[in-house]
Amino acid sequence: MASIDPGVVATPGQPVPAQHLQRNDAETPLLNRPKRKYSRSDTRAGYAFLSPWIIGFVGLTAFPMLASLYLAFTDYNLFTAPQWVGLDNFVDLFNDPRFIQSAQVTAGYVLLGTPIKLASALAVAMLLNMKHRGQGAYRSIFYAPSLIGASVSIAIVWKVMFTDDGIVDRIQRVFGIDLGGWVGNPAMSLPMLILLGVWGFGAPMVIFLAGLKQIPAELYEAAECDGAGPVRKFFAITVPMLSPVVFFNLLLETIAAFQVFSSAYIISGGTGGPAGSTMFYTLYLYLRGFQDFRMGYASAMAWVLVIVVALITALMFRTSKGWVHYTGDER
Amino acid sequence: MTTLTAPSPTPQVDHAAVARRAAAKNRRRVKSVLFHTVAVVATVVVLYPAAWMLFASMKPNSDIIGNVQLLPDVWTMEHYVSALSGIGGVSFWTFFGNSLLLASLSVVGTVLSSTVAAYAFARISFPGRNVMFAIMIGTLLLPFHVTIIPQYILFNNLGMVNTYIPLLAPKFLAAEAFFIFLMVQFIRGIPRSLDEAARIDGCGHGRTFWRIILPLMRPAIVTSSIFTFIWSWNDFLGPLLYLKDPSLYTMPIALRQYVDQTSVSDYGAQMAMAVLALLPVMIFFVVFQRFLINGVATQGLKG
Repeated sequence: MASIDPGVVATPGQPVPAQHLQRNDAETPLLNRPKRKYSRSDTRAGYAFLSPWIIGFVGLTAFPMLASLYLAFTDYNLFTAPQWVGLDNFVDLFNDPRFIQSAQVTAGYVLLGTPIKLASALAVAMLLNMKHRGQGAYRSIFYAPSLIGASVSIAIVWKVMFTDDGIVDRIQRVFGIDLGGWVGNPAMSLPMLILLGVWGFGAPMVIFLAGLKQIPAELYEAAECDGAGPVRKFFAITVPMLSPVVFFNLLLETIAAFQVFSSAYIISGGTGGPAGSTMFYTLYLYLRGFQDFRMGYASAMAWVLVIVVALITALMFRTSKGWVHYTGDER
Repeated sequence: MTTLTAPSPTPQVDHAAVARRAAAKNRRRVKSVLFHTVAVVATVVVLYPAAWMLFASMKPNSDIIGNVQLLPDVWTMEHYVSALSGIGGVSFWTFFGNSLLLASLSVVGTVLSSTVAAYAFARISFPGRNVMFAIMIGTLLLPFHVTIIPQYILFNNLGMVNTYIPLLAPKFLAAEAFFIFLMVQFIRGIPRSLDEAARIDGCGHGRTFWRIILPLMRPAIVTSSIFTFIWSWNDFLGPLLYLKDPSLYTMPIALRQYVDQTSVSDYGAQMAMAVLALLPVMIFFVVFQRFLINGVATQGLKG
């Protein structure tokens, strides 16, 4: 069956203005259309078609965002009216050791997990990009875990596999490694969750592989003629040609890494333990908002996260000019 | 293959060329063996947790933690019997049916709302379109946490907590921008001359969409539907927030409940339940992997 148009790579470009309208105006003056940029029927149809999205955006995103901005400056427990408290929630946040810990745990997960996941994804994509038989089958197998990695089932499997004296412990011991357990060990519980995240490397791998396939083979052939070895070819051709895809993956995986919830919830039984070592930001936000019903405090947490993610996104776009190479610009 | 490249016993044999060709073939063979060795090792590592889960669900409890061996010594189906017996008086099939219903309705909602939105973005020109398109793309990057609390308050005030409405409303209102984006890109690949021909024949936007564009969008619709189904099936936070009554629980919530209630050492039953909860996702994957991987490759859809 038909695949998705390969020529259309993820470029959120500008919609093309509908030139045919103006052309019609010029060609058919008999219709006596008013000279305006948008026809009234198009405008009406456009808003009619877009109405579900507009209602959803206003009702489920824009209004809730403003509401949570307001709630961030209040005390609210869902049962009595919100009490304006000014900046108290934000002051409390930065004096709350559990909040600081949740920020540290999440930062550790993002800073360690994302690069490891992307490096694995790129390495395997480069392996699969070699023209060998069975490439498609391997690609499917490697992709599968990313569909189920965040599911409750796999979180439970992870918890049982990594339990003290469990299968992972025993296999390690065959190699003479003793890390003191995983699930119950505050030093190893976060690495265990990072491993779970890395296990889902398949989605960025598929994106890398699609990017690698678009690099023209002539570039490598020309480099070979000039005597470049594999390392030189990687840094002089693969890295710059793949940089837009790297940027795309880095941006989306970083944002996704901030939002890990269900695996931490399941593995720690909703406590973020042991010793707060799996108290992810989202988990703490959930506990504050929906267990302690401190919805103002949780809203303040949500807005701190939005601001941090927005800053990181802006920083990535800003620095991307220095290392992301778009071939289209030169043509 | 090998017979074709074997040197032919002609009088003018260029021995150096034959040797070079043989060496090249050898190198290719070595490379191929290396490739498959690395790929097979990676496959074993990647598949191990899934295989372990499947086999553990068929081992006696005493062998799940204590035994390194992957395959069971003694095969048993008792864990599936206890998993299928339900939780707290609610049948397993209730949870399964709830998940199936929610996932199916999510697919319907997403397809209805995303296709019309994508058509508007891709084919109709109206004031404010470019701004709204940019906003739509921006919502891709927005952490969902900033909206969950006010959304909960909203649905709570509307008396909709403990119903499926809070879980389905975002689907029917095109909240998942990824699918709109995927469909916009797809529609842009459809020749505009088709629309123009339809217009000359007197079709308005409604008929052009319904008769021309929608039927041609099938691959994008299939991809979006499969992802919607899988994401909805796996969703944990939404049902955790909104569903209180056990008879409304979906599989992931029931599974968590099951783990909390069964004795800590009854790992086998937990594994059996985990396998059953993943079954539809795995079936979808096996049947539709082409669509899934193409969707990811072209749009960067997340797993």
